[in-house]
Amino acid sequence: MASAEEIARAADRKDIRDRWLLSAPALIIIFVAAIGPLFVMLAYSFMVKGDYGDVKFGTFSLDGWTSVLFERDIFDDTLGLADAHLTILWRSVRLSFYTTVLTLIFGFPTAYFISTRPPKTREVWVFLVTIPFWTNLLIRTFAMQQVIRNEGLVNTALIQLGILDRPLQIMNTDTAILLGMVYVYLPLMVLPLYASMEKLDFRLIEAGYDLYASRWQVLRRIILPLVKPGVIAGSILVFIPSLGAYVIPRVLGGGKNMMLGNLIELQFGAGRNWPLGAAISITLMALVMVALLFYVRNVSRSEAGHG
Amino acid sequence: MAKRPFDIRAQPGFGFVALLTFFALYLPIAALVAYSFNAADSLSRWDGLSLRWFISAWQNSTVQDASIRSLVLAVWAAALSTVVATMAALATTRTPPYPGLTFKYAFINQPLMVPEIVTAVALLIVFSRIKVWTGYSGLGYLVLAHTAFCIPFAYLPIRARLEGMDLKLEQAAADLYANPWRTFRHVTLPLLRPAIIAGFMLAFVISLDDVVITEFVKSGGQDTLPTYMLGQLRRETTPEINAIATVFLALSVLLVTVFFFVNRRKP
Repeated sequence: MASAEEIARAADRKDIRDRWLLSAPALIIIFVAAIGPLFVMLAYSFMVKGDYGDVKFGTFSLDGWTSVLFERDIFDDTLGLADAHLTILWRSVRLSFYTTVLTLIFGFPTAYFISTRPPKTREVWVFLVTIPFWTNLLIRTFAMQQVIRNEGLVNTALIQLGILDRPLQIMNTDTAILLGMVYVYLPLMVLPLYASMEKLDFRLIEAGYDLYASRWQVLRRIILPLVKPGVIAGSILVFIPSLGAYVIPRVLGGGKNMMLGNLIELQFGAGRNWPLGAAISITLMALVMVALLFYVRNVSRSEAGHG
Repeated sequence: MAKRPFDIRAQPGFGFVALLTFFALYLPIAALVAYSFNAADSLSRWDGLSLRWFISAWQNSTVQDASIRSLVLAVWAAALSTVVATMAALATTRTPPYPGLTFKYAFINQPLMVPEIVTAVALLIVFSRIKVWTGYSGLGYLVLAHTAFCIPFAYLPIRARLEGMDLKLEQAAADLYANPWRTFRHVTLPLLRPAIIAGFMLAFVISLDDVVITEFVKSGGQDTLPTYMLGQLRRETTPEINAIATVFLALSVLLVTVFFFVNRRKP
């Protein structure tokens, strides 16, 4: 006869099996339409490119990977650095970094402002940040275009006021992409910052003032360390989508100012070099993973610090 | 003169920057909406107020098709992802840790970790081959792709709600000889309903808004409203695009507002 312990263990095993069955549909869908294709893409990055796009199936080549950073000279067949790719990589990293810093500069005071409102109005302010957050990214990018294009809001106003006599060319520049990304990703900075500021214990700040700290010292020595998890979360949430941006540079940057996302599209479109496109995609994913690892390490460290 | 009391919460300039930020957040949207009422033929002039571009968008059969396709797709993706996410949430909450639980969390949240453009081209690679093999090029690919990236969004509120529920009521139902299905149907499901609605709406908005994955997965003639707009932005745009964007915007704001109030109502 089975002992009580055995029965309990059998019930446990059945429970775990049921739980696997119950989660199976979600796991299968994500495997088929998200994770699995990434592995196929990894395989594609090691194949010979087809003449009209696609790949020559079953072949092996490292060309896709070498051409991420190098290009073969058409005359003497030597390898040189692929300047175009490096420019785009550098632009992606640089603009993503600027975007993170600028959203922090504007987002920090905004989140602090919201968290110091009385509870009733606070909800309204949060709601005002949430609305753009849930509005279509393409529409917000397009909205930014309305402001910065040559006949747009800013230029019309500056010309009417007599400050400029010719419109300022902002569209199709790196500045346009930067403005677009700051605008679009700002809510991603404000919301996590607010989440950590909401819990701020103002008695600590009062104690700081009682000990003759200046406003700046209170900000620097008390508020900032307390909301650091929010700062890190917000920065990661902004930096990662910026790095993979595709729509914003396409709409605001014109054809020339590409970021990694557009370079990838080019390889799968007119460039007809799928292995290269696959290799760049995996590179982008690796960059994102590095950023995420940085985040995880920092968070566990600051949590350990509190404990 | 009375001296203002020292406010420990204030930081110099923060209020100003905050208000400036809110202004900057809404100015572009205001400009977009304003230009949709422009009577002129192009965006470069302002010819006074008119509804002509709303009418023109309404009568544009391509826009009609794309809108209907967007809605059909969003309903399918939201419904499917909410069902499987509810099942997954039931399977991953209210249990002591078991082997594979962390793996499941990572798996379900994976679509949030990978840049959309990367998933998009990976799907392009796989689906283009399947399209050749099977000859099928219908809406199924888009439904599948959308369902996958909607799952983490639908899962989020449902899991959060389940974690706040204990098993007492279900155990009481079982004590009263309800079988597991009846317990689920009459106890768990009613308690979960607000979270399921929230999950469905999140998934619906996420699917409706998607540009990148749709752009790479769609077959010819399968434009959704966002991919149609993206294509139009390449050329000289007329205020018709503004009119479409304004209606789209109004719909999103409506959904978010409803979501906000549904979620705020305390159970």
